[in-house]
Amino acid sequence: MADLPDASTSYELLARMALIRRFEEEAGRQYQRAKAGGFLHLAIGEEATIVGTTSVMREEDYLIGTYRTHGHAIARGTDPKRVMAELFGRVDGTSGGRGGSMHIFDAERRFMGGYGIVGGNLPIAAGLALSSDFKGEDAVTVCMFGDGASNAGNFGETMNLAALWSLPILFLVENNLYGMGTSVERHSAQTDLSKKAEGYGIHGRRIDGMDVMAVRESVTEGLRLAREERRPTLIEAFTYRYRGHSAADPEVYRERDEVEEWRQKDPIENFARRCIEAGVLGERELQEVRDKAEATVLAAVEFAEASEEPPLDTLYENLYVLGEDEGWYAVDERSPEPHRGEHESEMPDAARELAEAGAAYATEDDRPRPNPATHGDAQEGVEPEVAEEVEEAAD
Amino acid sequence: MAELRMREALRDAMAEEMRRDEAVLVMGEDVAVFQGAFKVTEGLLDEFGERRVRDTPISENTIVGAGVGAAMGGLRPIVELMTVNFSLLALDQIINHAAAIPYMFNGQARVPMVVRMPGGGGHQLGPTHSHSFEALFLQVPGLLVACPSTPADGKALLKTAIRDDNPVIFIEHESLYGARGEVPDDDEVLRFGEAAVRREGGDVTIIGILKMAHTAADAAQTLADKHGVEAEVIDPRTLRPLDLDTILASVRKTNRAVIVEEGWPHGGVGANLATLITEQAFDYLDAPVQRVTGADVHMPYSRRLEQAAIPHEEHVVKAALAALEGSI
Repeated sequence: MADLPDASTSYELLARMALIRRFEEEAGRQYQRAKAGGFLHLAIGEEATIVGTTSVMREEDYLIGTYRTHGHAIARGTDPKRVMAELFGRVDGTSGGRGGSMHIFDAERRFMGGYGIVGGNLPIAAGLALSSDFKGEDAVTVCMFGDGASNAGNFGETMNLAALWSLPILFLVENNLYGMGTSVERHSAQTDLSKKAEGYGIHGRRIDGMDVMAVRESVTEGLRLAREERRPTLIEAFTYRYRGHSAADPEVYRERDEVEEWRQKDPIENFARRCIEAGVLGERELQEVRDKAEATVLAAVEFAEASEEPPLDTLYENLYVLGEDEGWYAVDERSPEPHRGEHESEMPDAARELAEAGAAYATEDDRPRPNPATHGDAQEGVEPEVAEEVEEAAD
Repeated sequence: MAELRMREALRDAMAEEMRRDEAVLVMGEDVAVFQGAFKVTEGLLDEFGERRVRDTPISENTIVGAGVGAAMGGLRPIVELMTVNFSLLALDQIINHAAAIPYMFNGQARVPMVVRMPGGGGHQLGPTHSHSFEALFLQVPGLLVACPSTPADGKALLKTAIRDDNPVIFIEHESLYGARGEVPDDDEVLRFGEAAVRREGGDVTIIGILKMAHTAADAAQTLADKHGVEAEVIDPRTLRPLDLDTILASVRKTNRAVIVEEGWPHGGVGANLATLITEQAFDYLDAPVQRVTGADVHMPYSRRLEQAAIPHEEHVVKAALAALEGSI
């Protein structure tokens, strides 16, 4: 077992993990309150894999992940307020409310995104690594993805390219044992995922992703190999999500005992206990960590609540990057005048009318969200009241 | 008749066809043990077992490709893609292979496969999970494209799709899975290329697909209640083949057309249909064909922005009134 670092580093590791845990719990609560919408994938249980990795990365290194990356952004230094505001779909969110939970991004901290498509981030990671290599920079790209993504075609294609071009990249599989509701044994013929890139010349190793120190040790070595020797490697970190795949997961595919068993390996509690036993941290610091996480997360919710909805006239902004030349209009045939975002400061009237008519349907819904687990219905469809009428009209 | 939800009607269609034909099998991500991401395949594993209801890895192009091969080998696979969005990963197999194989091998092989996929916006799922790709698939020769809006149509069209010897893109709408409707108990199938006239009227023709078939019907009711306008509402039900005759007959009667879809405006279903109407019924039109579409952006996550980007009843009412301008 790796030695504990000094008191301030240990404190920081614990604080980051505790903050992510508390943030995710609160995100789940806000989802139940219907303040956050869409799909919500929580990383509760996976904090050591996240924080262990980011804690040994340099500022200039790139990190890219999946649709379960609130914690990755926070671990990289993104203000939890801005992540929460994104979940609320507000203008102060990391993507101004455009992306939502699955698409967190913070260019300033080189957190290159959350992506909603499984395996979509792998080739992009290779490209980021190419950009660093091309420019003669020292940065390494860390690409994190789930066990399920190791079956996507992008996995093999990216491994080959990374090895072929000797890219400064580290792949890290967050193996939480399930690709959505399908266990590793049922989705991958090779269940030792660390071996899946060997045929491409990329060596792998398996580590305990619940142990923040083990993650730090392995990632440190992986970063070194990528940075100094241009050798991509693959780390398979065993971890576990205590919650379902998304908030809409009835979890019929796993036993409660299994969840309990993994809770015994809790990355935060175990690390805290080690720190206490080694005398690196005291009970007072532990309490302080908890209190700070609580205060930070509550402030994040307050901030998100207070943040404005994105204005309608920003609808077309950032669809295209605009050059100096004016006069090419590519946006929305429904309102042919130039749009805001096309060198215009105002949305054209036709587009504004269309947007306002639509936005009027976005009524605030504060009712508690039905729990899909107890309702046994993963995606409760909206029931249009007209359905029966249409049926009658058809007869 | 039984009242069923869309998801139950689709499930029944698959179950009945699996009982009828041993060559029918279902495969896709989380379709078996998990019972389907949207619970459309609920109960199929229990009844038909792992041989015929198969969980797959997250490998869309390969799942569809395996479906193509299985179909060429004599099976009738139903491939479920968890959402329309993920079909983008499988476009190579859908377009370069499934759609092309019968033609490029001069009829020596056939691909009797159904690829089911739900799409549409409205659930704050953001830019990568809210697509409407009816127009994209509509463009590809060799594919059939179904887009049912009621449980009865969903069941009858899916049964037809399974029995058909062509690759069928079967597009479902996430918001309609919970919609209820009467579904015939008997073994009813519905031919592709037969539009449904949901409501008769002489003033304007409104054509809507999937969820927008319901929005079109809502708008027609409002037009009648508040504006004294009698709209004829048509749900094409399949886009390829398209029942253009029913649409043209209606337009020749009403002299005005509004087309409603959730997809993007450029090259959309409405763009295609407007061209067909203009080409074939130009002399009957008293006003330009109106299109109501989704906004020309990637679906924003924010609730208000998302609703601003989706077509609603009010848009349809306004478009119909614009088509009628000067005549009421």
